[in-house]
Amino acid sequence: MKQEEINDKGRRDFIKTAAIATVAATACGSLACSCSSKKATTGDKVKLLSPNGEIVEIDSAYLKHEEHMAIVSKLEAREGIAGKKFVMVVDLASCKNARSCVSACQKWHYRPKETEWLTVKLLQDSEKAAPYWFPKQCFHCDNPPCVKVCPVDATFKRQDGLVLIDNERCIGCKFCMAACPYSTRVFNWDEPDQPFDIRSLTSNPETGIPAKVGTVEKCDFCPDRAREGLLPPCVEACPNGVFYFGDENEDTVSNGLETVSFSQLIKDRAAYRYQEELGTKPRVYYLPPKDRAFPVEKGYQDADSAIKERFKDYKDLLEAKE
Amino acid sequence: MELNTYQQEAFDYQRKNIETYGKRAWGWTIFYVLCILVGLYALYLQIAKGHGVTGMRDNVVWGLFIVNFIFFIGLSYAGAIIAGILHLSKVTWGKPIIRLAQFMTLISVIVGPIFILLCVGRFDRMHHLFIYPRIQSPLTWDVMAVVTFFAGSVLFLYLALIKDFSVYRDAKLDIPKWKQKLYKILALGYRGAASQKRHLLISQNLMAIIMIPLSIVVASILSWIFGMTLRPGWHSTIFGPYFVLGAVYSGCGLLIVAMWFYRKMYKLDYYFTDRHFKYLGYIMLVLAAGYGYFTFSEYFTGWFGSEKWDSELIHKLFSPAEYGWWTFFANFAGIVLPIAIVAIPATRKPGPITLVAFIMVIAMWIKRYLIIVPTLETTLLPMQDTRAEYVKYAATWPEWALTIAGIATFLLFFTVMSKFVTVVPVSGLEDTHTHHEQHQLQHEHH
Repeated sequence: MKQEEINDKGRRDFIKTAAIATVAATACGSLACSCSSKKATTGDKVKLLSPNGEIVEIDSAYLKHEEHMAIVSKLEAREGIAGKKFVMVVDLASCKNARSCVSACQKWHYRPKETEWLTVKLLQDSEKAAPYWFPKQCFHCDNPPCVKVCPVDATFKRQDGLVLIDNERCIGCKFCMAACPYSTRVFNWDEPDQPFDIRSLTSNPETGIPAKVGTVEKCDFCPDRAREGLLPPCVEACPNGVFYFGDENEDTVSNGLETVSFSQLIKDRAAYRYQEELGTKPRVYYLPPKDRAFPVEKGYQDADSAIKERFKDYKDLLEAKE
Repeated sequence: MELNTYQQEAFDYQRKNIETYGKRAWGWTIFYVLCILVGLYALYLQIAKGHGVTGMRDNVVWGLFIVNFIFFIGLSYAGAIIAGILHLSKVTWGKPIIRLAQFMTLISVIVGPIFILLCVGRFDRMHHLFIYPRIQSPLTWDVMAVVTFFAGSVLFLYLALIKDFSVYRDAKLDIPKWKQKLYKILALGYRGAASQKRHLLISQNLMAIIMIPLSIVVASILSWIFGMTLRPGWHSTIFGPYFVLGAVYSGCGLLIVAMWFYRKMYKLDYYFTDRHFKYLGYIMLVLAAGYGYFTFSEYFTGWFGSEKWDSELIHKLFSPAEYGWWTFFANFAGIVLPIAIVAIPATRKPGPITLVAFIMVIAMWIKRYLIIVPTLETTLLPMQDTRAEYVKYAATWPEWALTIAGIATFLLFFTVMSKFVTVVPVSGLEDTHTHHEQHQLQHEHH
């Protein structure tokens, strides 16, 4: 019985993937046309639906795979992926502020320099307690204070648990930024510095690109990658397997090195959610920094000078133990 | 419409103010327009280069613009409450100052929301507020509140003006044809018939009854933009009444200043008497005490409870290295000084009362700054992994230029309106003076 179910799921997934591929190709076609680079034609004509609703016929040579093309409509991007409940577990014991996650995230989203969706903080719970590195994405709260205050429904909560932003609807009032107690959201104060081909893409809440001036954005848990069965870049990039990403409904999370039971992991390692007392119900769990893999100073010593500058007020904390 | 001798006198005395614009008014107008032009250049920079030209950044997402918004919109609500109460009450001394309060109401509800437009990142998308409204958001409540209030204050002022317009229409003023025509249209054919009188009075009473609770509701909604968030210093149950009281208090101060200014400029001593300053001074004193009480309980509970974030905020507000001196000024000049000056009989005079009222209005502006900025600088997670300039807010010149342009717009509206209608309402006037006062003032009058 179980086996059948799995097979059935596999079949459905295949159909879905095929459908997605078709849509993606459709959307890419029009884009490729507008770029109009000279290429040898194959003679294979493909019928495509242009963004303004016309059917156009172009040579297949002009089709190119665009990894950042939104693969769902904006309406679907608001609905979310049926049956999923995305969740993240962050293992504080393994983090040494290597910052591969930050750069992977920046690269994947073509983030302008220093506007980071993912940040690494140095926390110390009390005066005597040991400091630790604390990577922080968006918590995708189940009771999100940011979504509550948005006046135009530009930021929304989906059925798969994600909180996303439609940056073509956002009016830039920044109320969500004032409302988020975790300072997760960032604002495009100036025209974002992005490559030309990214800027010309159609914006979609699932990809978060291109960034638009005067709008709010934040970590999106990369649902476009989740649709393709891939882990978010921060999870893949981490050399120490700090981040576990997965589906609460399936009860599995993976850090790219191992795939484990979500419920077992948070039970065994006494996971907690950051500032749960605010009533926000975050979807990110933290495993306490017990039995550290690295001394905390390492994250400071190995960092480049710009990063060191950010933690200059904490020098005593980070250098005394040398 | 028939005027009694007292009203006729008030009109004759003021007619030159609406007949000619005057050199002085032109001088000020040009000055205000220049200020506005500088502001427009700053606005151009902000649009062309993005909000990066302001001092607002990811942590302190709101700055001077929101401070100005609260300040002006507060004046507006205050004007409506004061004008509404003065209209409904039987006291006759209040009648001459109703129009100034109504001017303040309408002008500030026009200027205030401009600052919201300056603060949003995409004001090309402001229509989204109406095509994708989300009723759960306190900002949507505020949009509805401000729009409703704007409509209400236009009506409230206009109803009070109809009788006067009919006076101007019938007076054969020495003014251009278009202005004659405009008065005629705006007077709506009012002739002072018994039924017209009755309908107008009922409408005015209704608007006054609506405007008072409406002001309280909309001022509370404004406070909830902050009160509904989980931020230290904002997430407070007293924020609604605190904002209502703060609004009326600062509005009362500005009304005193406006009264003093027009009394000087148009020599209206006969209508804005020492008694008006004294009475408004008493109102200011009571409001100052109330505002002081709210401020004290806000700081005291925060300090005594000493929760982590509250403590951090209180420390910021009272530490001399951070906002300590500003907090001291805001509370000393904004609460203690007005109480002292009005309480001491020797200083209970128009000059000193106006001076403290003016300083208090500035202190109340600073108080709004202290409500907005230090809280935004108190994040729950430490501000480390971020750029240095994101930590503290410092307003830039475009923000100041736009602030000054906003004040200039406010004053420009006042200048233009006081040249279009008389500052002291003619038709609503009753003889307000005691016999002795009248004798004395009439002597100076001629």
